[in-house]
Amino acid sequence: MSDSSRIQGRAYPLGRANVDTDVIIPAAHLKTITRAGLGRYAFDTVRAEVGNVFDDPRFAGAPILIAGDNFGCGSSREHAAWALADLGIRAVIAPSFADIFASNAFKNGIVTVALPQSAIDRLLAVAEADEIEVDLETMSVTTPLQDRYAFSLDPFRRRCLLEGLDEIALTLASESAIRTYEANTGI
Amino acid sequence: MTPKTLYEKIWDSHIVEQREDGSCLIYIDRHLVHEVTSPQAFEGLRLAGRRVRRPDLTLAVADHNLPTTARVDSEGRRLPIADPASAEQLSTLEANVAEFAIPYIEATAAEQGIVHVVGPEQGFTLPGTTLVCGDSHTAAHGALGALAFGIGTSEVEHVLATQTLILKRSKTMEIRVEGKIGFGVSPKDVVLAVIGEIGAAGAAGHVIEYRGDTFDTMSIEGRLTVANMSIEAGARSGLFAADEKTFAYLKGRPMAPQGEDWERSVARWRDLRSDDGARFDRVVRLDASAIAPSVTWGTSPDDVLPITGRVPDPESFADPARRESAQKALDYMGLTAGTALEDIWIEHVFIGSCTNSRIEDLREAANVVRGRRVDLHVKQALVVPGSGLVKSQAEAEGLDRIFIEAGFEWREPGCSMCLAMNPDKVPPRERCASTSNRNFVGRQGPGARTHLLSPAMAAAAAVNGRLTDVRELIG
Repeated sequence: MSDSSRIQGRAYPLGRANVDTDVIIPAAHLKTITRAGLGRYAFDTVRAEVGNVFDDPRFAGAPILIAGDNFGCGSSREHAAWALADLGIRAVIAPSFADIFASNAFKNGIVTVALPQSAIDRLLAVAEADEIEVDLETMSVTTPLQDRYAFSLDPFRRRCLLEGLDEIALTLASESAIRTYEANTGI
Repeated sequence: MTPKTLYEKIWDSHIVEQREDGSCLIYIDRHLVHEVTSPQAFEGLRLAGRRVRRPDLTLAVADHNLPTTARVDSEGRRLPIADPASAEQLSTLEANVAEFAIPYIEATAAEQGIVHVVGPEQGFTLPGTTLVCGDSHTAAHGALGALAFGIGTSEVEHVLATQTLILKRSKTMEIRVEGKIGFGVSPKDVVLAVIGEIGAAGAAGHVIEYRGDTFDTMSIEGRLTVANMSIEAGARSGLFAADEKTFAYLKGRPMAPQGEDWERSVARWRDLRSDDGARFDRVVRLDASAIAPSVTWGTSPDDVLPITGRVPDPESFADPARRESAQKALDYMGLTAGTALEDIWIEHVFIGSCTNSRIEDLREAANVVRGRRVDLHVKQALVVPGSGLVKSQAEAEGLDRIFIEAGFEWREPGCSMCLAMNPDKVPPRERCASTSNRNFVGRQGPGARTHLLSPAMAAAAAVNGRLTDVRELIG
């Protein structure tokens, strides 16, 4: 995948902490049997607020979302990641992420970038007027104002994101190891 | 040998392959499947021409979408689900379990219930196993010494196809609670106190092990309540060591080992505890005697206070972000700083959910309700047993009569009012005293206001029509 290593564009400066997956996509929209089309329901309750970032034309179609601590907490619903992906979001930058959400995001090609709160505060300010760039190759977030923040990514996840690997196919290649484990444990 | 924590013992015994990048291929012993997070996983298998590797280690049951009103008519015929989207999710699950030959508990079966009630009840959940489900409250099964955690739909597909997951080892956190819990205090209050202490992200990246004499003396059902809410503190899993209570709870369950196999299993399970001297990455200690009956006031489970407290003033928080979020929470909840929690009136009461719908929960609530009436101010008070078996046990004990005579509705098992996916919802701007696990914005319905509390406290709120210190009503 050629352009998958760099994500560049405007960023929704959401900012707030503990954005749970019920806020990202309420349960009423989980009654679907496909992955598609959830973007229009994303952040329903936030969008009910006057002046929210998602309906601000400056950020329309932004590929990046900036949030506070513990982003994606709560329910394991992968619908949250599907909704973000459908909304066009390819990277979320926050001080920390809930574990299950981070895993779901990665499976859908969304990069979770963890940066300290001070960097988040700065990026929230920059995002009001400027674009932001997330580079997976160099593992850095940069702005046109010469900000540069390094982040880390799990090596396996980084490889999958960069190379677009099918995880199940990778695991099926370990079939003999799985069979040996089952034989040894009598499962 | 280096002493190991319980988590490390289970992890080490499930490594299929260790990769150079630090990730591990981990074998999954048990997989619970429900209707909401599985359709896209089965579709993925079909598209790739893959099969379910071990249907025999998989168990499916529907819970989230099912209405909690009657499921069959007077002649025993199944009634249709009115909401077409809910009906389709159920029929999709039924078609998938048939196509992939997965054991399935029918929606009208006596054993049907909330997936996290059914697993332990059937003996599907066993000590020392790895257990997953496309639901974050899978952590509950850790009460029986299983390494249990919620997964997303892509991981559901991965487990169906390979019976493994690619994971990285977590950090460990010991939560040690010592002492006798006070009069009127429930396991729910203990776990709310833990979440209040460490915060909603306090255990992110960690697996919790609950230790100390408070937990040693706690019943298995109390432990299920505690482990269930591990995720509300950010931990994907919460573990309890297996002990005599665990074995007594599981003995004779339909899917638990039987006969000689049982004896051998128990002998093996006795090692399922952290070794003396095992090191945890983090240790948190709480004094059980300091825990009071509690209630949440905000929109995050860590917004919790003793019932004797008052709604906090956002200005009292030092952190500006916390001040802003507390103000947002009060606006959403329709509360004013300084109001005594006991002066908060409620319109709805929900006793149920995978956190608090087991027989001991219903007994605890019935004990408060007995001989009393639901207050006229309360529009709807629901009791929703966690499974058909819990329901029939409660009926055999006459608990249903206590609730019905008091003015509660006695319903069929399911997730019900916990998450607004079925007809049981809290209307906008109305307030619910709820034994469920999440007080998030919109969780019980758009605009709904949730106060989390124990079954006894929910019963007390029903009787008084306002949040109430249950200790005023009992003893």
